[in-house]
Amino acid sequence: MTIHIPLTPNDTASAGVEARPAAGWKRRTRLQRAWQTLSPLLRRPGFSLALLIVLFALFAALAPHLLSHYDPYATSPADKLSAPGLEHWFGTDELGRDLYTRVVYGARLSVMAALLAVAIALCGGLGLGVLAGFAGGRVDAALMRLIDVLLALPGLLLALAIVTAIGFGTVPVAVAVGVGIIPGFARTTRAEVLRIKTLPYVEAARLGGASWARTLLRHVLPNAWGPVAVLATLDFGAAILATAGLSFLGFGAAPPAAEWGTLIANGRHFLITAPWVSLLPGLFVVAVVFSLNHLARSAEEHAR
Amino acid sequence: MSQSPLIEVRDLSISYAFAGQRTQAVSQLSFSLAHGETLAIVGESGSGKSTLANALLGLLPDNAHIDQGQLWVDGVDVAQADERTRRQLRGRTVALVPQDPMVSLNPTLRIGRQIAEALLLARGRRYPEVDREVLALLAQVGLDEPALRARQYPHELSGGMRQRVLIAIALAGEPRLIIADEPTSALDVTVQRRILDHLQQLVAERGISLLIITHDLGMACDRADRLLVMKQGKLIEHASPRQILWGAQHPYTRDLLNAAPAFVPRRRPGALPGQAPLLRLSNVGKRFALPGQHAHFTALHDLSLEVHAGQTLAIVGESGSGKSTALRIALGLERPSQGHVEFAGEVVSAFSWRQFRPLRRRIQLVQQNPFAALDPRFTVFDSIVEPLVSFGLLKGQALERKARELIARVQLPLHFLDRLPRELSGGQRQRVAIARALALEPEVLLLDEPVSALDVSVQAQVLALLDELQRELGMAYVLVSHDLAVVASMADQVLVLRRGQVVEQGPAAQVFGQPASAYTRALIEAIPGHSRSVLPVAV
Amino acid sequence: MKRYLTGRIGQALLVLWGAYTVTYFILYLLPGDTLAIMLSASGMEADGLSPEDLAKARAYYGLDKGLFEQYFDLLWRALHGDLGQSLSLGRPVTALLAERLPQTLALAGSAIVLSLLAGVGLAYLTAYVQWRPLKTALARLPSLGFSVPVFWMGLLLIQVFAFASGWFPATGSQGLASLVLPAITLAIPSAAVYAQVLHRGFQGVWQEPYITTAFAKGLSRAQVQARHGLRNAALPLLTLVGLQVGNTVSGAVLVETIFSRNGVGRLAQEAVLRQDIPVVLAIVAVSATAFVVVNLIVDLLYPCLDPRITHTAKVN
Repeated sequence: MTIHIPLTPNDTASAGVEARPAAGWKRRTRLQRAWQTLSPLLRRPGFSLALLIVLFALFAALAPHLLSHYDPYATSPADKLSAPGLEHWFGTDELGRDLYTRVVYGARLSVMAALLAVAIALCGGLGLGVLAGFAGGRVDAALMRLIDVLLALPGLLLALAIVTAIGFGTVPVAVAVGVGIIPGFARTTRAEVLRIKTLPYVEAARLGGASWARTLLRHVLPNAWGPVAVLATLDFGAAILATAGLSFLGFGAAPPAAEWGTLIANGRHFLITAPWVSLLPGLFVVAVVFSLNHLARSAEEHAR
Repeated sequence: MSQSPLIEVRDLSISYAFAGQRTQAVSQLSFSLAHGETLAIVGESGSGKSTLANALLGLLPDNAHIDQGQLWVDGVDVAQADERTRRQLRGRTVALVPQDPMVSLNPTLRIGRQIAEALLLARGRRYPEVDREVLALLAQVGLDEPALRARQYPHELSGGMRQRVLIAIALAGEPRLIIADEPTSALDVTVQRRILDHLQQLVAERGISLLIITHDLGMACDRADRLLVMKQGKLIEHASPRQILWGAQHPYTRDLLNAAPAFVPRRRPGALPGQAPLLRLSNVGKRFALPGQHAHFTALHDLSLEVHAGQTLAIVGESGSGKSTALRIALGLERPSQGHVEFAGEVVSAFSWRQFRPLRRRIQLVQQNPFAALDPRFTVFDSIVEPLVSFGLLKGQALERKARELIARVQLPLHFLDRLPRELSGGQRQRVAIARALALEPEVLLLDEPVSALDVSVQAQVLALLDELQRELGMAYVLVSHDLAVVASMADQVLVLRRGQVVEQGPAAQVFGQPASAYTRALIEAIPGHSRSVLPVAV
Repeated sequence: MKRYLTGRIGQALLVLWGAYTVTYFILYLLPGDTLAIMLSASGMEADGLSPEDLAKARAYYGLDKGLFEQYFDLLWRALHGDLGQSLSLGRPVTALLAERLPQTLALAGSAIVLSLLAGVGLAYLTAYVQWRPLKTALARLPSLGFSVPVFWMGLLLIQVFAFASGWFPATGSQGLASLVLPAITLAIPSAAVYAQVLHRGFQGVWQEPYITTAFAKGLSRAQVQARHGLRNAALPLLTLVGLQVGNTVSGAVLVETIFSRNGVGRLAQEAVLRQDIPVVLAIVAVSATAFVVVNLIVDLLYPCLDPRITHTAKVN
């Protein structure tokens, strides 16, 4: 006697499914699906505000002249060290330059430096991490030792060594910071690749005849992307802080260039009489980095 | 003299608020539980049984709200009580034996300390004999070497031992009621049976009431004095086991009864004589080298089996028996340490991955966990046709046609091709996995615990689908499972594995009808519903 | 167990050697003309010297030897405690370091203690508080902590606590009072990291089934959080402390510069400014050593906290 239970589609999520004509379905494009996941995030006020701030900073990096009509290099001794007001939103520095303008123009150098740093870190870190995670065995062990070595060198000190060797300026600072961030990316990527490699669907793909290349490109990398993207956003903020730190110490672009770190360093001398010269540019940096962190965290929480 | 009931529930309704919406978890439930009675609450996922258990303990999450009704536990209305009063009840009046013993103990505290904590809470303060009582409790719940166990950490004990520790913790406060949450899900069948027997004995000795929360109707009928069947928060049926089995009132209960694979072996025509086996394992053994140690771990020892077209070979075993290793060796994912594997006459055990690849079109796998078997970024369409794309067999229009054909074959609606795995239920995902396995039109399909992660009613549907596909396409199946009832409904040949050794092997009717080994007999007896001969068990 | 110990120490030494080598290659190999840098660090101009003088200078700096010979020579001397001569100050580097190290150790030590207290305290509070708005605000605080540049925070603290209210000195390396503001500034980023990780840990642990078991025994919320929550959530903190050594050293460079303290950090900043290669190499080597040693200790201590980790393989 065999068991025969007629199949009723009652474990479908939607009850009462009607038969549709065979040619009735259309693939939803990736773009539509991406929009569907993104739109609830945009409705949150905090997220939108953070996004606006970051876009403002990026815009300032690309087209600063559209945001301010002053010349960042024009000195005006008569206006020196005036407090923030309607005429000068952030006040002026000791040479009478409008501080807001210098911050906006400084975005180009600082943001570009941070972008370069993250780009270097992504290429190096992703490459190392994927190689280590995918290859496994001895290659993995050797690469992890290399990462350990890089980790043992504190970020700023490694950067200091690099600028000692190749000189000061925005690009050396960016390279130095980028190299320092590589271990973090490599570790995260490796952990993700290792996790996904053992998941059943990767095994299923291999059993279905997929080559390693196909498995890597279609399954492992797209699924590993999430935590890496979050880390990239967080590290973009960290890179801004690190490049600002290096230029604060005097290793960035030479004056009168308006990097954020240099602006803050400059104002140090006038802390008692005109604190806004240091504090306001710093506040701007805090706003941008905090917004980046908020974006990264919201995206991560949303994905979970 | 009749006592007032220990638990009295009247018109209880509980709802959850989530993302601005209200979902009703329990609707107007009423029942009572007397002292010393054993009550089972049976329901599938989403029936509200866990919510009820939490409510009794006073452990409802913040977003749960008791809309109406009363919940009297030993004279205290838990629904209206404040946290202080509820805390007094926990441990001392109502105790919990949690579901999964592997994760229910604090991994950084010793066993003895965790039990002592419960004892100290019950007394209210420190007292000198607490250590002795800990040891006494450990002995009572059936643990050997109590002094040693008390000093150990949870990860040093097996699952069964941990479950006993949890029972000891529950008993420590000398409660009037023990809630056993899904006591049969996480452990092997034989272990479960022993522990449940023991629990019932301890409970009977002390006159404690037992409330069993379960999805397993058979087990509930076995052990409870009364049953409550719940569906989506509502009470469907309330009767004694006998009443339910011989005359269930509600169609849902009858469906549950029918869906639970009754232990009825199928009668199928035997293999055609003279046909060569499609897949054959001969004297296969597998040893694993342990990291940092010289000893080897033997996963399989001298396994031989044959699989013929149109037939189902079932491999039965508990965890650690080596059944998954056997599948992996058959698929070429592992090389056997001894013996060889033949597929359609060719010896494949020494093949490299590249050499094996063409054969992949003829032998496929359906994995155990439907929730991780599909790439979360692939639509159903992408997942189903991937094997075809990997082998470059079809493109464009032909590919879409094949996808339509496959999804119809597993009886899912056409527009599901567009969905992502997270939009599907467990049973639907498993069907997609089956469709993917069928894409290459294999001759042998290996099924690793294909239904163990699914609800009972869904299990039946997936099994029926597999049965129909076998009849239509003439595939051979190798079915691996720990659930004898599932195996009995599907298998022609059965192989029983225990710790890597073949304990018994032969036609299903013979293995189940006249089991030769004691282990097989123990497995059969451990099937819920078998022991009290309450369920129709036809052998 | 002994095999594991020797293995780990061997690994640590390997990493240390690797760190030294990488730094050496960066400092001696990357520059276009190492000699010119070294000369300018010593205050001389390469153009103004005759070829014989240049050759003499090259020999003096040890740059005339082959690359590997020079490397081994430096390494050998370093292992014996001779870290070379500072080009700009003309004094042995070892002496310089010995002078400045106590200041930095005091600063780093107090910063680490402060950051642990603040971080753990904040996370505990965030987990304990039940009122949604306050809980969310507290959960966001660590994120603010690592959005703030360390040097800016120092300036802000100086402005508020030293200049405006005069409670603490703004600069200087003497006395406990001068340690307060720098230590707080340095502690903030680390505290933020600890608070964030521990908060995540609490959130994760709170979902675990053994928390339900604990509640079912009749424990109060505070008791569960203290006895079961904290112990398990704090496990990753130990590894973090090890990793944060690097960040603390980096931060020390900035903090000592702002507060004009006489520590190794400011020495590093001055050395880079003057391109004083031996000093930079020595400082990086010393901090790498500190990092490796601390992490080795952390690694060995881990099994004490988490009984699941043993140093030998387990049969399941």
